[in-house]
Amino acid sequence: MLIKLSGGTVYDPVHGINGEQRDIYLQDGYISRKPASSIKIDKTYDLNGKIIMAGAIDIHTHIGGGKVNIARMMLPEDHRADLVSKTKLTRSGCGHAAPSTLTAGYRYAEMGYTACFEPAMLPSNARQAHMEMADTPMVDKGAYAMLGSDDFFLRMLAAKKDREAISDYVGWTINATQAIAIKVVNPGGINAFKFNQRRLDLDEQNEHYGVSPREIIKSLARAVRELGVPHPLHLHGCNLGVPGNMQTTLDTINAVEGMPLHLTHVQFHSYGTEGDRKFSSGAAQIADAVNSNSNISIDVGQVLFGQTVTASGDTMMQYSGHWHAHPKKWVIMDIECDAGCGVVPFKYRDKNFVNALQWAIGLELFLLINDPWRIFLTTDHPNGAPFTSYPHLIRLLMDRSFRNDMLATINKNAAAASELSSIDREYTLYEIATMTRAAPARSLGLKNRGHLGGGAIADITVYNNLKNKEKMFEKPLYVFKNGVEIVKNGKIVKVVTGSTHTLRPDYDKSIEKSLKKYFDRYMTVKLGNFKIDDDEIVEHGNSNIIVQPCT
Amino acid sequence: MDVACPFCSLICDDLVIQNKEGKLTVKENGCAKVKAHFAQPLPDVKPALKGKSCSIDEALEAAAKILKQSSQPLIAGLGTDIGGMRSVMHLADNIGATIDHMHSDGAIRNTLVLQDLGWVMTTMSEIKNRADFIIFAGTDASNYPRLFERIIWNKDSLFSSAKKRKLVYIGDKLNTSKGKSPEGKLPTVLKCEQEEINEIISVLHAIIAGNKIQPPKIAGISLAILQKLAKQMEEAKYGVIVWAPGELNFPHAELTIQSICELVKYLTRTTRFAGFTLAGGDGVMSANNVSAWQSGFPLRVNFSKGFPRHDVGRNSTKSLLKNKEVDALVWISSFSSNTKPPKAKIPTVVLAIPETKLDFKPDVFIPVATPGVDHSGQLIRTDNVVSLPLKKLRDSKYLSVSDILNRIIKLI
Repeated sequence: MLIKLSGGTVYDPVHGINGEQRDIYLQDGYISRKPASSIKIDKTYDLNGKIIMAGAIDIHTHIGGGKVNIARMMLPEDHRADLVSKTKLTRSGCGHAAPSTLTAGYRYAEMGYTACFEPAMLPSNARQAHMEMADTPMVDKGAYAMLGSDDFFLRMLAAKKDREAISDYVGWTINATQAIAIKVVNPGGINAFKFNQRRLDLDEQNEHYGVSPREIIKSLARAVRELGVPHPLHLHGCNLGVPGNMQTTLDTINAVEGMPLHLTHVQFHSYGTEGDRKFSSGAAQIADAVNSNSNISIDVGQVLFGQTVTASGDTMMQYSGHWHAHPKKWVIMDIECDAGCGVVPFKYRDKNFVNALQWAIGLELFLLINDPWRIFLTTDHPNGAPFTSYPHLIRLLMDRSFRNDMLATINKNAAAASELSSIDREYTLYEIATMTRAAPARSLGLKNRGHLGGGAIADITVYNNLKNKEKMFEKPLYVFKNGVEIVKNGKIVKVVTGSTHTLRPDYDKSIEKSLKKYFDRYMTVKLGNFKIDDDEIVEHGNSNIIVQPCT
Repeated sequence: MDVACPFCSLICDDLVIQNKEGKLTVKENGCAKVKAHFAQPLPDVKPALKGKSCSIDEALEAAAKILKQSSQPLIAGLGTDIGGMRSVMHLADNIGATIDHMHSDGAIRNTLVLQDLGWVMTTMSEIKNRADFIIFAGTDASNYPRLFERIIWNKDSLFSSAKKRKLVYIGDKLNTSKGKSPEGKLPTVLKCEQEEINEIISVLHAIIAGNKIQPPKIAGISLAILQKLAKQMEEAKYGVIVWAPGELNFPHAELTIQSICELVKYLTRTTRFAGFTLAGGDGVMSANNVSAWQSGFPLRVNFSKGFPRHDVGRNSTKSLLKNKEVDALVWISSFSSNTKPPKAKIPTVVLAIPETKLDFKPDVFIPVATPGVDHSGQLIRTDNVVSLPLKKLRDSKYLSVSDILNRIIKLI
């Protein structure tokens, strides 16, 4: 099957193509070079005046695993407001804050996304996370295994095990859980909460192990680099949501001493303590630090107003935030000497000073960080807002007058406390294509995704060129997945499964000796049953595995 | 080696099972209950239409015909693994069915509390390594034979010494013999009616919150005993309250669970405390989770309008049958032969293990394979976090629930 996308305006930052009219050819699921004129073209799409980008990639979205499923179970009132009927092609489900797996897959595809990455897969819950992702159709998936509060690792660190041994353990974990990267959440803090510690700053010690978050971050960042994991250590830092945590974030950037580090949902970690309310924006300082440290990448975790649910591995900070639950119900779980989870529903209000300033801080970060290759568009779905609000967020970034109109509606003191109104920057389509396609693909090591060059997988989104960018991005004209037209005019026209991206770093297998002993003595699952077979992911025909190369 | 046992929700995964010409024997580990389960030989049973043997194709055709003609089908029992449950969801969505599990009465008590209040919970490995104080509220865990061996009186522990664990039982008709420590230390036992557990928990909460309690006795227990217990709870470093929602079997037992969760949350303000629930077997945790991720709602979901509707009261097997709100029944039980399908005066399709003895002749009977014995699969453990891989241990000529339902979906 040879398809020609004729005459569209192409944005492909990997190849420096900035809005040029080009023809693109798709053959057997891949983008091909221009074929010889003797070869018959099976189908031509006339895309004159249309915008073409690679399929979008969400680098941080909570779409699968235990905490998401707890959120689904506890929020029937949210789901009843967004019920989704079955159609001839698609299954029924529900949407909004914690959508059903099937609906999540459909809606991502209908928004032009072709890959989504679950950033907080607990190794002890990895099997379920993969099953939920396998039941998320349309898009490719992958997951980051969470380490840093697990007792096996903290015992190693406390016993001053050498760095090779720690790399072996990290490598083993990525293989055993079919992950593609490593995440650390409140480093050592989830563990400390089990010993009844309520706060843990960068240089405070976990009382039981006598190790600090700084040591944990350095150790894991080094292991990730030495194993050749393309994506840097994915860090949810200390003190999430605490006024003044900007300083912790700046110290964390310095702590890694130039090693690659990804700081996630930085909006929640960019707070100062100025003003009458002792809560202020630290976005400018954080942006300066990101701009001047090329080893750092971030995603924003933008807050948008309305009801949502926060689902996190950070039991310590979710517990301290539970007083603000809306509605008043919340879950905290300690999990398997591995980590934990906290699920707290939350409503962000535009007239509330703190919420309104959080909104402004996120936008300030977007607009003050210069390099779109190192900042990714996220709401930390569903923690800042459901992923379905991305088109609205893109309009806020691309349309200054719209942004200022919105700014005029929020809490006045928050608006006055933010420098947002003085920022003129408007994102270009080229920058949006960078931050939602090219950059996440490069960061994750997905070499043949996120661009439109020959040999790339034909995951492509075609938009109508509309002035209202929210309208433009919420309803693509076409989406192609592996060269197959799956969405037309923002509606599914074909259901596909999507693949699971994994990584298989090399490590010294003798680590399994000490792991087996530990599992036999202390855990309640056998080591062999902890590991996830390929068969478990591909059975039921819901997915196939793609092993990405290490660097 | 390392075989996971599918017959209760602890899913012990350290069994060593020998297969000698198709006959299975548990060689190591495994409780008495499951040794008999595994040892059962596979009888030769044919699919049947109203008791008359037929081919599998005829049975599948007949089942599909019943479901095609039905306007309000009910898929119940749901004793299956995650693969089977995925197919149940697909079929239910397809034909507009209601889904309900045979152990939902217990499961929904927890669901109601989760949806109204939430909770602080823990998992098996955390209890094994951290717990120093454990209260059994209304259950003796006798349906979970290896619970004490595995996570209460365990030899090795990372942080807490099993020897120092304090155990308390609250409730009626509890066999507390397993609560005796290996050194012979006896548990504290507060005997009361199951309905009175709520009162005791609430008074413990009030004492800890610093309220004055007037009556000298609460549910027959002296206030002094409760005051001592409250102090022990506050002093615990990692306390756990265990309940089995299916064993709190009286009207509005969810309020008892709610009080337990309120108390745990209150204790969490100053120390660490958590709940732990013994969910019931036959894959109820798996069914509840798959329902939640595929439809967005936990169990008792109806698809008749083309989208999921969650109603824990209305969508129960008992009330749907009693109120004649359904016109066809599919009953699924692939673990145990003791789970009798309800005798309903509507066309009935039974998918059950070949050992099942029915006291009626359903319109369609199809013998099914058992997950973790006859085919591989996965189940979610009682703590709602860990899922375990199930192995195929012997050759079986019977189809899995998933295979059967997928073929029925194709015929419809």
